[in-house]
Amino acid sequence: MKDPTSHESYPDPHHDTYSNTVFGFWVYLLTDFMLFGALFATYAVLKNNTFGGPPAKDLFHLPFVFIETLILLLCSFFSGLGGASAHRKKKNRTIILFGLTFLAGVVFMVMEFHDFNRLIDSGNSWQRSGFLSAYFTLVGTHSLHVILGLLWIIVILLPVFWSGLTPVNIKRLSCLRIFWQFLNVVWVFIFSIVYLMGVN
Amino acid sequence: MKKGLRITLITLIILGIITLSLFYLSTHNIAVLNPKGMIALRQKQLIIFATLLMLIVVIPVFIITLFFIWRYKASNIKAKYTPDSAHNYIAECFWWGIPFIIIIILGIVTYTSSHELNPFKPIDTGKKSMVIQVVALEWKWLFIYPEENIATINFIQFPEHTPLDFEITADAPMNSFWIPQLGGQIYAMPAMRSKLHLIAHESGDYRGSSAQLSGLGFAGMSFIAKASSQADFDRWVQSVKQSGKSLTLEEYDRLVAPSEHVKPAFYVLKEKDLFDQIIIKYITPYKE
Amino acid sequence: MFGRLTLQAFKHDLIEYLAGISMIVAAVIIISLIMYHRRWKWLWKEWLTSLDHKKIGTMYVILSVIMLFKGLIDALMMRAQQALAVGDSMGYLTASHFQQIFTAHGVTMIFFVAMGLIFGLINLVLPLQIGARDVAFPFLNSLSFWLFAAGGMLILVSLVIGVFAGTGWSSYPPLAGLKYNPGVGVDYWLWSVQISGVGSLLSGINFLVTILKMRCPGMTLMKMPVFVWAVLVTMILVIFAFPVLTADVAMLTTDRLLDTRLFTSEFGGNPMMYINLFWAWGHPEVYILVLPAFGIYSEVVPVFSQKRLFGYATMVWALIAITFLSFIVWLHHFFTMGAGPNVNAFFGIMTMIIAVPTGVKVFNWLFTMFRGRVIFETPMLWFLAFIATFTIGGMTGVLMSIPGIDFQVHNSLFLIAHFHSTIIGGVVFGFFAGYYYWFPKFTGFKLNERLGRYAFWCWFIGFLFAFLPLYFLGLMGATRRLNHISVPEWHPPLILAGIGAFLIACGVVFQCLQLFLSIKERKENREPTGDPWNGRTLEWSTTSPPPFYNFAVIPEVHERDAFWAMKQSKAPKQKPHYEKFHMPKNSGLGVYIGALSFILAFGAIWYMYWLAIASALGIIACIIIRLYEKHTDYYVSVEEIEKIEGMKQKA
Repeated sequence: MKDPTSHESYPDPHHDTYSNTVFGFWVYLLTDFMLFGALFATYAVLKNNTFGGPPAKDLFHLPFVFIETLILLLCSFFSGLGGASAHRKKKNRTIILFGLTFLAGVVFMVMEFHDFNRLIDSGNSWQRSGFLSAYFTLVGTHSLHVILGLLWIIVILLPVFWSGLTPVNIKRLSCLRIFWQFLNVVWVFIFSIVYLMGVN
Repeated sequence: MKKGLRITLITLIILGIITLSLFYLSTHNIAVLNPKGMIALRQKQLIIFATLLMLIVVIPVFIITLFFIWRYKASNIKAKYTPDSAHNYIAECFWWGIPFIIIIILGIVTYTSSHELNPFKPIDTGKKSMVIQVVALEWKWLFIYPEENIATINFIQFPEHTPLDFEITADAPMNSFWIPQLGGQIYAMPAMRSKLHLIAHESGDYRGSSAQLSGLGFAGMSFIAKASSQADFDRWVQSVKQSGKSLTLEEYDRLVAPSEHVKPAFYVLKEKDLFDQIIIKYITPYKE
Repeated sequence: MFGRLTLQAFKHDLIEYLAGISMIVAAVIIISLIMYHRRWKWLWKEWLTSLDHKKIGTMYVILSVIMLFKGLIDALMMRAQQALAVGDSMGYLTASHFQQIFTAHGVTMIFFVAMGLIFGLINLVLPLQIGARDVAFPFLNSLSFWLFAAGGMLILVSLVIGVFAGTGWSSYPPLAGLKYNPGVGVDYWLWSVQISGVGSLLSGINFLVTILKMRCPGMTLMKMPVFVWAVLVTMILVIFAFPVLTADVAMLTTDRLLDTRLFTSEFGGNPMMYINLFWAWGHPEVYILVLPAFGIYSEVVPVFSQKRLFGYATMVWALIAITFLSFIVWLHHFFTMGAGPNVNAFFGIMTMIIAVPTGVKVFNWLFTMFRGRVIFETPMLWFLAFIATFTIGGMTGVLMSIPGIDFQVHNSLFLIAHFHSTIIGGVVFGFFAGYYYWFPKFTGFKLNERLGRYAFWCWFIGFLFAFLPLYFLGLMGATRRLNHISVPEWHPPLILAGIGAFLIACGVVFQCLQLFLSIKERKENREPTGDPWNGRTLEWSTTSPPPFYNFAVIPEVHERDAFWAMKQSKAPKQKPHYEKFHMPKNSGLGVYIGALSFILAFGAIWYMYWLAIASALGIIACIIIRLYEKHTDYYVSVEEIEKIEGMKQKA
């Protein structure tokens, strides 16, 4: 992607921070991927340790999760469009698109909380078994990332609203877009490995 | 101090250390190098073989280092000086090739010995094996003889030349069951059943211990593993049965409570499948 | 309101009181000195809030040295206990205290000494070697340091308030779980490791981006100094390994705080999973420690042999091979957990393969000396001690990589001797070589050579006395972590080991004396050229110490050993053309986030949840403040550059 902030007259690497920051963000996402990898591995090891409790297929509601997946897909879609608008310096469109990402994300979180509550209320909280602990840890960590992503949208949209699409803001919106797409990728793994494979 | 004198001194010190070490080795009971059973013997052979193989590389490294220190020190202007030379393909062939070959040999040895020395593999000498169940507690070892119906704390006796099937678990944090003169260790973990197969080819008292930190009293978890003749062993079993206390579930609950530096104790086994019950306890859901 | 913090937390035995009080007294003395000389503002402005990689690196080294003292005192206390507590005597330490000491010794030495010294040195040297003015993310650099400091503070505070973990530095469940260790000790361990781990991870990202994106023009990857290559592969290790530790520690934390059943032995948990994840991090970690040390040797040996490094490309490929292999060997840390012969054999074979590229590196260093003109100043002495000790450590490592052998020596003093041989021989001696080598660059004067030699011999002989007996003890059946010795035969070697530890302490005393004396005599030892060793790499092209911006003009390089090439070239020096450039402004937010992390941890440990949540919110607020800061850097004007460069020429 062409770097919108490069200035030919300033070969100083400190001024050209766009590519360093975005590259660094990718590296950070790699570490986050490894973190989820460790949680997935733990889930894989513990997924059959129901300790006498109901198996996965009795606990997971696939249609509900499928809708969650679609909503998160929307988040990713809107944030992708938002990132593109930011690069084209379209301020209002950017704010609207990231605002839609935020709304979709909130819906996702409400659904997640509802799902978690359902499990906890039915006596299937993480304290019941290794399987449920691993489930809540993995999916809970993803939810935590989503909440931070939502906070990030607010934190970044305010300066965009006040000062417009400065190079710094565009840089950060690019990172934010990548982050939401990452969250979607992780969710696809969760959907496949935890829910689809759990129910079969 | 003159450089030459210093090198000589260093070499003498190193040789002195090696000599002292060899002397010490030969005059003390180095358990791992003084095996009393087939498993430990095989392990010792592995150690010696692997060490000798690696010395093929290690000794030249030391010799080269000392030689280069002496010959290429800056004040020795007689030595050739080639400041920009950075390759020597023949030399590189040697120090890629020889270690590579050594590692291949060691790799093959690793594969075969891992199977040979697999703790889960029973020892096949034709003689009937004996089962001893081991439970690591805080901070002592409980040994259960399911076939003889006795149990002991911090002491086991068994006949020499008899394959021993140890089944190992814990009702405590992770421990490690180790009798160095008979063979290597394996972890004792709650809710799990590890196995270790050992055999003693000589009578004697061998020290065993836990090799995994399990709490405050960990250092006191040593026990005696006594190999004796078959007749002595049978006599010992009889004496335990006659004079021993009873290991009931209540007594077991008392034993599970933490205690340190526990003296050997002897029981008649009243709870037949105590060992299995201990494991099942961890994996059975209970209603709160 | 105070969670589970009561006055009971302040009650300790006599030795712990003495230790805690001396620590507090030392801190009070330092703070009073600063106040007396009215240097708070200076300290804050010039050091604590600085984003200059050289200042941050120096702070890392200073804090690590302080932690080194603590770790060494732990070691001396352990050796004393094992020399005294034989037979009927129970020594002078309770079992609980002894177990905290060896746990703290391990955590301190690995996380807060080795990591700190190595990352400090990388901070100091890396940007200079690649011709850059700073690292890619200077603020993250400061933040990493303050997270490191917060983690270290937690261990120190545990000496006074509460207890530290007594589970060994690896803190395995179920022992480290709620059932067997419900107190605060393990929680201190969890948070200090977690917070400093985040700092290390951020540094990993930082240094990786720095190397890949900020090398000066002309410095392709195969023209970088080998030290930079070592840092590059190390950061790849950090990036892949540390998140696994983060997850593992977080899961043990949820087990303890939220009653999850991940690593419990009941409820379907699996403690073996903790062990797998721990070592999936743990093995790369030891390579994270040793590979930069290998890089340091690759810098020191050519300079002090006055000869080009032998086999540059092979050295690079060996580093890459070691990096790749170090991810697929972790099971060798628990062969005895019963994985089965095929799995054990696989990991054993992978482990021993690492010996090949490592051995190649040793030969390459030695053959750099071949037909060179070797100057045996202290950095080179440390290299030679490395050859002696690391070779033994490597050999015993290959021995233990054979599962059948490992069954006999796992968790024995043989293992302890092995990893101390490799860590002290490799990492610590490597740091010392780098310390002596680069000290003049950052201070402008050399270290006293004579005291350096005394320190060296004390360390080397002390090491041999302290650890060679442990090999024998391990073979005699002595396990690690014993607070009481019941076999009298083990007593003499343990006394020998105690003498060795004492000798090492003497070595450290000599190093402190050396530092004081060198500072006192700095005018006589002043090194005005910036290039005291006739160096080969770019850092020696700057003044000693370098200006805060490192290079007024970013250099352009054409070959390896760039500075050496510049010195050989007869091209006339052109008048440099200065242009203004950005440098980062100071920021206190790193300090604040570090402090808030400490408070967050303290609150979580003592169940003061309101405090933990408030701190977490505070951290988020600080991040937002940093994000909203508009003026995070400033231009250095051409006039200012000319002034500083002019002063340099006059000097």
